[in-house]
Amino acid sequence: MRWRSEVREHGFVAGTRRWWNLLSADLAGLLARIALHPVPPGERRNWLYVFGSATMVAFLMQVVTGIALATIYVPSAATAYDSLQFISHTAVMGNLLRGMHYWGASLMILLVGFHAIRVYMTAAYKYPRMLTWAVGIFLLIFTMMMGFTGQTLRWDADGVYSTIIASEQLGRYPGVGRWIVTFILGGPNVSGNTLARFFMAHVFVFPALLIVFLTFHLFLVVRHGISEWPSPGRTVDPRTYRGWYEALLREHGQPFWPDAAWRDVVIGFLVVMLIIGLAATIGPIELGKPPSLANINVAPRPSWYFTWYFAFLAMIPYGSERYVMTAAPLVFVFLLLVLPFLFSRGERTPLRRPWSFALVVMCVATIVYYWRMGVVAPWAPRFNAIPVPASVVGVTTGPVAAGAGLFYTKGCEFCHRVAGYGGIRGPDLTCVADRLSAARMVEILYTGIKPNMPSFARTLEGNETSDLLAFLQSRKCGQPPQRK
Amino acid sequence: MFAPPRLPQAPPPPNPARRRFLERVSIGLASLAAIAIAIPTGWFLLGPLLRYVPAAWRPVGKPGDFPEGQTVRVAFPDVPQLAWSGDAGVTAAWLHHAKSGEFIAYAVYCTHLGCPVRWEPSAKLFLCPCHGGVYYADGTVAAGPPPRPLPRYPVRVRNGQVEIRTTRLPIAGVA
Repeated sequence: MRWRSEVREHGFVAGTRRWWNLLSADLAGLLARIALHPVPPGERRNWLYVFGSATMVAFLMQVVTGIALATIYVPSAATAYDSLQFISHTAVMGNLLRGMHYWGASLMILLVGFHAIRVYMTAAYKYPRMLTWAVGIFLLIFTMMMGFTGQTLRWDADGVYSTIIASEQLGRYPGVGRWIVTFILGGPNVSGNTLARFFMAHVFVFPALLIVFLTFHLFLVVRHGISEWPSPGRTVDPRTYRGWYEALLREHGQPFWPDAAWRDVVIGFLVVMLIIGLAATIGPIELGKPPSLANINVAPRPSWYFTWYFAFLAMIPYGSERYVMTAAPLVFVFLLLVLPFLFSRGERTPLRRPWSFALVVMCVATIVYYWRMGVVAPWAPRFNAIPVPASVVGVTTGPVAAGAGLFYTKGCEFCHRVAGYGGIRGPDLTCVADRLSAARMVEILYTGIKPNMPSFARTLEGNETSDLLAFLQSRKCGQPPQRK
Repeated sequence: MFAPPRLPQAPPPPNPARRRFLERVSIGLASLAAIAIAIPTGWFLLGPLLRYVPAAWRPVGKPGDFPEGQTVRVAFPDVPQLAWSGDAGVTAAWLHHAKSGEFIAYAVYCTHLGCPVRWEPSAKLFLCPCHGGVYYADGTVAAGPPPRPLPRYPVRVRNGQVEIRTTRLPIAGVA
C-alpha cells in the first residue's frame, strides 16, 4: 500500500493512481459504512429525529464563526471591549458575525433542549442506549457552559458583573467555595486574569470537551443504531432487544443516507438560514457600558436562555438560596445522569408513560413560567419611575401634593404603583385608602412588613409622615372594600 | 460495523508473563509521562490559589471631599493590580461619612447574587437592580432576598487621605 512500492512495481503514473485508488477506496469504504448504516423505517415521524443533528449543525457553525471572531477579538481585560466595538462597528461583516455567533448559541441551546425532550419522550435512552444519553447530558452541560462563558466574553460592565454573579453562587459551596472562586477569577478579585480564564474555558476547554464527547455520542448512535419509533406494548427487554432490533434492520432497514439523512439536511439548512436571518435582522446584543466593576449603574441580566434561572433565584424562599444555588444544579444533573440506568427497560411510548409525559409538560411549563417572570422581573425596583403627575394627584399645593412628591423621593415608587406610575414589587396603591386606615398606614410605614416592605421610620422626618399619609389617604376610588 | 481487523496470521504462541510485563511497562510509562505533564501544568493553573496576594490600602480622597452624613461612590484599583486588567480591575465602594466623623465603606455587591447595589440618597436605601434586595443606610437588610448585610471594608484616614483596605472579593463564602 506504500506509494513507493506501487510506483516501483507499476511505474509512476499507474503506480500513483493505484495507490490513490486504494487509499480513497479505504476512506470511501469507511464513509459508506457510516453513511449507509441501516436505520429503522420511520416515514414522516422521522421529522422528530432531526434535533440532534440540528444542534450539531449549530455547534459546527459556532466553531466557524467563533474562529472568525477570534481573529479580531483580543482576550485582554483592558482591550477586549475596544476590539468588540471594532468588530461591531468597523470590521467587515463584523456585526453580522457577532450576531450569527449570538443567535447560533441561542439556537444551539434551544435545539439541544428539543433533542433532550424528544429522546426522553420516546424513551430512546433505554437499553442499550443508556450511555448515549449520559454522554448527551454532559454535552448539555458543556453547551450551557459555553453559553455562560460566552456571555462573559462580551466583557462590558454586564459581562464583568456576570463573573461576580457566577462567583457569588460558586462561593456558596461549603469549604471549597472560596477556592473555586479564586480559581475561576484567577485571583482574589476580578482582574486581567479573569477574562483570560473565561476565554480559555470558552475557546479551548469546553469546545474540546464538546468535540470529544460529541464524537463519542455519535459513535454510540451508530454503534447501537438509531432507536426505532416506539409503539404501545412493544417493551424493551435487555435479553431480547438486540436480536429483535437487528432482525428489524435486516427486514425493514433503510440506509441512513439519504433515506433518513435528507431530513437532517433540510432542517440543518433551515437552522443555518434562521441564524443568519436573525443575525441580519435583530443582530447581536448591543454592547453595554465599559467593563468596570466601578460602573455600578448596571442591571446585570443573563442571556435570554438563562432568564428562567435568574427568575427562579428571585422567587425561591428567602434564605434557601444557599442550598438551592449549590445543590439544585448538582441534583438536577445527577438525576439526569442516572435516569436511563434506573429505567432501562419497559414501555417506551409516551402514551404508556403518563408520568413521564406529565413531567416534561411540567418542566417546560415551569421554565416558560419562570422565563416570563424573568422578563417582567416584578421584584426589580423601577429606577426609571416617573413621579405621579399633578393630574392624578388632584392638587398642586398642600400636604397631599407634598406627599405625592415624597411618594417619589422616598423611593415608594420603586416598588409601588399609583395610577400606572411606579414599580410593581408591592401592592398597587391607586385605591389604597379604600382598604387601609391611616393608623394602619403609619404602622406599615414605621415597622415595615417582612420580608419585602422596609421600615421608613428613620427616613421620614418632620411632617413628612403626615404629608405622605395625606397623599395616601387621598387615594380613594370610592368603592368600599370588598371582603368575603 | 466497526468489526476488529483480522490478524494477518495466527498470533505467536502466548506468553502470559511477557504480555503482563509489557502491559505494566506501557501503563506505567504512560502514567509517569502524564504525571510529569500534570504536575507543573496543574500547579500553574492553581497558581491563584497558591500565590499570596497581600492586602492593600487604597486612597480614595481627602476627608474633606466627603460631606458629613452623605454616602458617595468611590472607586479604587483592586488587588492584584495588573497592567492588563484595565478598568475591569477597578472596584467601587459606597463610602459613608458619618456625622460622628468616622468613615464606613460598604461593598457594592448585593449579598444575594452579587449585583451592584445603588444608593438612593433621598430614600436612604441601597437598592439592588437584580432581585429587589434593599438595605438600610447602615447596610442592614431592609427587604428582599439578601441573606446578610452589605459587607464592609476597613477604612482609615492616613496622610490626609481616606484609605480603604482591600483583600478579596467580599462575597458569599469568600470574604
